Amino acid sequence: MLKRLFPHPYLSLTLIALWFMLVNQWKLGSLVMAIILATILPLMTSAWWPDRARVRHPLRLLGYTALVFWDIIVANFQVAYVILFIPRDKVQSRWLTVPLDLKSPEAISLLAGTITMTPGTLSSDMSACGRALLVHALHAPDPDSVRDQIKSRYEARLKRIFE
Amino acid sequence: MTPLLQTAVELIVAAGLVGGGFFALVGSWGLIRLPRPMQRLHAPTKATTIGVGAALLASSIGDLPQGGTISIQEWLITLFLLLTAPISALFLAKTLILRGEADPDIPDSGTGQPWATLGQERPDP
Repeated sequence: MLKRLFPHPYLSLTLIALWFMLVNQWKLGSLVMAIILATILPLMTSAWWPDRARVRHPLRLLGYTALVFWDIIVANFQVAYVILFIPRDKVQSRWLTVPLDLKSPEAISLLAGTITMTPGTLSSDMSACGRALLVHALHAPDPDSVRDQIKSRYEARLKRIFE
Repeated sequence: MTPLLQTAVELIVAAGLVGGGFFALVGSWGLIRLPRPMQRLHAPTKATTIGVGAALLASSIGDLPQGGTISIQEWLITLFLLLTAPISALFLAKTLILRGEADPDIPDSGTGQPWATLGQERPDP
């Protein structure tokens, strides 16, 4: 019963948090509205998201988020350096293939998003079977180390969180 | 709020505005300077992460010295940018690959299957 009313509990919790951020104040009326939205929206969209997302360690996602934010800051300085100081014809842009160990679609989307948001790499495509990602690197003299870093730094953590 | 803390917050706000502006400028400069379409795609991911993020941080705590509160609506903008920017970048990259305007020599996927964009055409749903 509860499962049918809330097909995606994490989505419902996220929607409640989002609604409070949107109204920007703490009132009981907002909580009622947030709960109404958190019930209706997952129900209406559940046809396009039939499987329940399974997160094994939800709290570890916070640590992962902090890590990604820190990496975004560091990588921004690296890319600013590439844009400002490396001559145009010396920028070594490469394609990389990242084989995936992850299976859960939510985890793979999160990994692809992480790769794009950490500047310098861009997830561009996925193999038809969903077992490899195509990544474009802006400046990678050593493409193998970039791939190893993606696998050890992000994918291994996501695997521990989701699977 | 003590004057010392007030100054500290004002300094953070100023640093956020200047730093955010700097990175947004670098992102735009990269858009002009980099020659190939796939390289140019890297520039918008920069302007949205640090550039907008730092400016929004400044806006979020900007009312504190005048006795205001921390506003959390700005975090929502950052969150939506983090959600939507990778998706639009992925769409642009897939379009470039499909039209053959991306960098050449795309490697093999290593799984025995082609890349999803270059695979056989699917019928319209």
